[in-house]
Amino acid sequence: MRARVLIRPKAGILDPQGQAVERALPALGFAGVEHVHVGRLVELDVRDAAELDQICQKLLSNPLIEEYEIQLLDGQNGAPGS
Amino acid sequence: MKFGVVQFPGSCDERDALHAASLVGQAEMLWHADSDLKDSDAVIIPGGFSYGDYLRAGAIARFAPMMESVIAMAREGGLVLGICNGFQVLCEAHLLPGALLPNAKLRFTCRQVELEVSNAQTAFTRACASVSGADGSKTQLSIPAKHACGRFYADPTTLDAMTDAGQVVLRYAAAENFNGSVAAIAGVCNERGNVFGMMPHPEHAVDALTGSTDGLRIFESMRLAIEGVRA
Repeated sequence: MRARVLIRPKAGILDPQGQAVERALPALGFAGVEHVHVGRLVELDVRDAAELDQICQKLLSNPLIEEYEIQLLDGQNGAPGS
Repeated sequence: MKFGVVQFPGSCDERDALHAASLVGQAEMLWHADSDLKDSDAVIIPGGFSYGDYLRAGAIARFAPMMESVIAMAREGGLVLGICNGFQVLCEAHLLPGALLPNAKLRFTCRQVELEVSNAQTAFTRACASVSGADGSKTQLSIPAKHACGRFYADPTTLDAMTDAGQVVLRYAAAENFNGSVAAIAGVCNERGNVFGMMPHPEHAVDALTGSTDGLRIFESMRLAIEGVRA
């Protein structure tokens, strides 16, 4: 089972990377962009999708500072599944 | 007494830590893939970039076989000091509260920092009490810091509990909090007081030739604590 895990800084925690990107955009002419957050994407194949939650909590994310979202991917095109 | 210094792939300050520890006691290197603590009375997790800091600083090192032994030792009350990357490893291993985030200004910074000892009663800072001003002025240490990921964070509830319990051990002095740590925290210990992590590098401040010998006080404190237990 192909899975994709999105990890992002928890709301309320200072995200200087997101802020740096947000500040750079107006200089390129992209006005009106806000609330930019930079996180991490991990793709992995797992035999047992039920283990994903523990995998995220124990290693892929640090639950004190990050939140994660698990997407299971269907087929070969990598589109998000249900 | 004997210090063990854990060496991971990507550690870079283990030699300095070994040298600093050897100034106050015996010291021996411990390889991350082994699990024998070689009868160390105290363990130092040194600075560097263990396992390339992949995923998050300290996240992978936490699972090294030697860390299993260190965690067991810490649970039994043994002294464990984490410096810089070692602090990150101890937070990831849940031996210390909180987490270390990228510096607020996203820059790797290397500079001398002035630190206030907020708790000079711990097993890691008791030798700092002797430099307290007679007028009760705060104890300060001058120690180098060099990191890109040293912004200490703990949620407000945890922070309150830590402050009340004396677990906030070191703070950056006024205008010295270059990484944006919450409450200017530079070093914390666990509830029991036997595990301590700090971002600045005491092992780089043990010789007057390089500017300061204040770092020795951390190692000297540990020696006093260990020998006090034995006495």
